[in-house]
Amino acid sequence: MYVLARRLAFYAVTAYVAVSVNFFLPHMMPGDPVETMIASAGGQLDQRSVEALKAQFGVGTGQSLWAQYWHYWGQLLQGNLGISISKYPSTVAQTIGSALWWTVILVGTATVISFILGTLIGAIIGWRRGSVLDSVLPAATFFQAIPYFFLATVLLYLFAEKAHIFPNADFKSYDTNSYVIGWNPGFLGSAVSHAALPALTIVLASIAGWIVGMRNMMVTTMDEDYVLVAQAKGLPKSRVVWYAARNAVLPSISSFANAISFVVAGSLLTELVYSYQGIGSLLLNAVQSEDYPLIQGIFLIITFAVLAANLLADTVYVLLDPRTRQEA
Amino acid sequence: MRILRNRKTLVGLILLLLFVFLGVFGSTLAPYPELTIVGKPWEGPNGTHWFGTTQEGYDVWSQFLDGARSVLIISFLSGVIATVLSVLIGVAAGYFGGLADNFLSMLANIFLVLPALPFLIVVNSYLPAGNKASTALMAAIISLTGWAWGARVLRSQTLSLRKRDFVDAAGISGERSWRIICFEIVPNLVPVIASSFLFTTLYAMGTYVALTFVGAVDVNTPWSWGSMLFWAQSDQAAASGAWVWFAAPGVAVALLGTSLALLNFGIDEFINPRLRAAGLSRRGLRAAGLGRRPTLGLTPVLRPPGAAAVVETPVEIIEETV
Repeated sequence: MYVLARRLAFYAVTAYVAVSVNFFLPHMMPGDPVETMIASAGGQLDQRSVEALKAQFGVGTGQSLWAQYWHYWGQLLQGNLGISISKYPSTVAQTIGSALWWTVILVGTATVISFILGTLIGAIIGWRRGSVLDSVLPAATFFQAIPYFFLATVLLYLFAEKAHIFPNADFKSYDTNSYVIGWNPGFLGSAVSHAALPALTIVLASIAGWIVGMRNMMVTTMDEDYVLVAQAKGLPKSRVVWYAARNAVLPSISSFANAISFVVAGSLLTELVYSYQGIGSLLLNAVQSEDYPLIQGIFLIITFAVLAANLLADTVYVLLDPRTRQEA
Repeated sequence: MRILRNRKTLVGLILLLLFVFLGVFGSTLAPYPELTIVGKPWEGPNGTHWFGTTQEGYDVWSQFLDGARSVLIISFLSGVIATVLSVLIGVAAGYFGGLADNFLSMLANIFLVLPALPFLIVVNSYLPAGNKASTALMAAIISLTGWAWGARVLRSQTLSLRKRDFVDAAGISGERSWRIICFEIVPNLVPVIASSFLFTTLYAMGTYVALTFVGAVDVNTPWSWGSMLFWAQSDQAAASGAWVWFAAPGVAVALLGTSLALLNFGIDEFINPRLRAAGLSRRGLRAAGLGRRPTLGLTPVLRPPGAAAVVETPVEIIEETV
């Protein structure tokens, strides 16, 4: 548990850094973000919103930077992320709230599938080192190097434009004309069929990393003495491989932090290609319409989500590896 | 060069050289400027326009040739900056230890956990329009998120190196810290540094193309494969049948990435010989005089035929019923 407490403290510091960066960045850059936003909103904003924006970015309030910083923290802790310019008069929190779950479910499911499948395949290839299966590696490398959005475009072209197996990108996250959100089979079916291609993209693009990592670790673990002993004792081969695989999977779990950042980045782009109505599309729209409060809010939410995913991976690690629990 | 004998490395190197050639001579070879109307819209691949034309009637082949340079320059520059940062921070943290180590490791871990692409999008969205087109600035910003992984690996390697006898000996003989670091430690880290450089360059390439693709940076200057992908996406190239328009830059990016990854594999196998056996097919093993497949617990060691006489006990391979 000591390990988990330490990780928790680390994530708290990371979250603190992310929030601070988010606050100080617009203040460090030349130019006035508020002027840009008022200009791009084109007179849509009423006086109160302009005041709120000025307060949020500390323009013309006469407060010191320090006071503004604490004010920012106060607002944040109340869940107030400001007003969105492009989705005016919605607040940033509302806008993000309506998009977040689409992304969390899509990316979460795809990542879990990719991790489990990739680890299994990697274990088998590592076990059968030197066999034909090794030729999977160069192919996996190629898939790993393909940008997510390119793979997404190709899949969209093949399966939606040409073959019509999956719905086209224009329909967003589900068929909005026919169904309402809720626990009805029509909506669920529509949502799943719209999520299938984006999920497939994420799985295909991210699986290679898990395969290669697991395979290399498996090759190393197979050389350990305990594996030799297990085999010498005459245990069935499947048992021996299971022992080796259980130990080989640990580094994969601990490298989750590194991987999730790539998966998140890829998912943002995937959403753009499929016009999936999640956080990624929202962020890119916000960038194009220079909606700074929304950009900042989304960056914070993504950071927090990644930290939460990491904490989850750490917990799993502690549950799996008894050595981490022994430290007093 | 022993490392070149590995087929993966060789293929990677040849591919990379091909792309460097494209980067150096690409814009000279391009028949047309990339953003000038030279044909009808949506022409298919033909004799004058090898890759067809865009929605506006621009020549896709010229766009493709022109797009290599900035991708290569920004990826490699960014790889260099990030590698220098990671050597400085990683080696310092590993060598000096204590409070400095705690602080630097924490910094690296924070940068590892922060989602890089959203972070870069945020940073770029605040850049004034005039600065968005700067190649050097772009490379510097990307390297900001790329150094942490290398630093962490280098730190752990340095930790194990500094306990070795030759480092102790250098310390006792009165060498200064910077001299020990530069002449005793860093030379032993070269393969790790090379591997981390390739990895970072690969990362920077993907990130730069992605940033251009989403329009977070100036899309048209400098012109790159990311710009092609951006316009192909926003003009719906795939739906209009102009698949070469997005396939060419996409495949190029993937191949460039593969070449870097293959080189990295080669270096990995150079550092960790256990991974090397994987490069041998069954036929290759038989040719080398090992008729059987390597199995659990044993790594076959291959020696040139002449050297076999020196070995007292022959290499043992556990029998496996196939």
